[in-house]
Amino acid sequence: MSAVLFFIAAIGAITGAIGVVLVRNPFYSVLALAVHLVSLAALFLLLRAEFVAAAQVVVYAGAVMVLYVFVVAYVGGGEQLASGAVLRVLGPLFALALAVELCIAMLGAGLKGVSSKGAPFIPGFGTPRHIGQLFLTQYLFPFEAASILMLVAAMGAVVLARRRRGLEAEEQAAFRVEAPRPAYTGTMAEAAGLRPHSGDEPLTPEVEAVGTTTSDATRQQGGW
Amino acid sequence: MAIGWYLTVSAIIFCIGGGGVMVRRNPLVVLLCLELMLNGANLALVAFARMWGTEDGQIFALIVMVVAACEVTVGLGLVVAIYRRRLPIDVDELSELHG
Repeated sequence: MSAVLFFIAAIGAITGAIGVVLVRNPFYSVLALAVHLVSLAALFLLLRAEFVAAAQVVVYAGAVMVLYVFVVAYVGGGEQLASGAVLRVLGPLFALALAVELCIAMLGAGLKGVSSKGAPFIPGFGTPRHIGQLFLTQYLFPFEAASILMLVAAMGAVVLARRRRGLEAEEQAAFRVEAPRPAYTGTMAEAAGLRPHSGDEPLTPEVEAVGTTTSDATRQQGGW
Repeated sequence: MAIGWYLTVSAIIFCIGGGGVMVRRNPLVVLLCLELMLNGANLALVAFARMWGTEDGQIFALIVMVVAACEVTVGLGLVVAIYRRRLPIDVDELSELHG
């Protein structure tokens, strides 16, 4: 049973990985990575790492994938050009050579454990209880360092992706929405009684543009 | 299943990711391939944790996940910044730091 599950999960993980590399559209690459991550979580479960598998699904397949999907939707796929001729040939060759070398190194290492099924199972191995205990005792420093790292990364992402005024003046002008908003469509001024309600006088096709300077009369009445 | 099978799968995933980093040119896909490499390493770490019967490898895998999440956040922020400045989203074209 475990062998069948292993092969299903391993084939899913490897096909997902190949799909990430080969599919042209980045959006489908992201979806292939989601398949890969879920299969990998199944492999983690087979290795009795419950908490790692749960974290994998929640953090990766949940949060990180959503981030990727949003960025792909924002940036757009763009045209996918093939890489340079040299790397295009050398890249797969190098990857293949590396795979062969890694397999030889790990399987031919002569470690007894590699060909065994692992250490005898201890009840509670890999559960959140054990992991949490280790994190708060033996590995407290890496835990805290990881939290600081996440804080720094979050701040860095905000700083990197924010709008810069000076660099994008013309772009912002191009992107500004200049759609006119019809008057009497529920602004705060109307609610406060500064501007007559729509029922008091017939609706005129008067429009005001959002974000642009309006006439003095409307400014005295209060725009928002 | 023997631990060696898991190690083989992890090596294959790592190498697919490494090949993808070299072949693809879209920075988004390069980031995805980096994720593949980290995941391959994670699988090896968890497999070794199972082999030894200790949870240290799993702790290591969790820390790797944290680092990967941070890397993705900063990388995607960079991609968004590149897009905002109307630069080509192509790792071969972005050579301002080339010297």
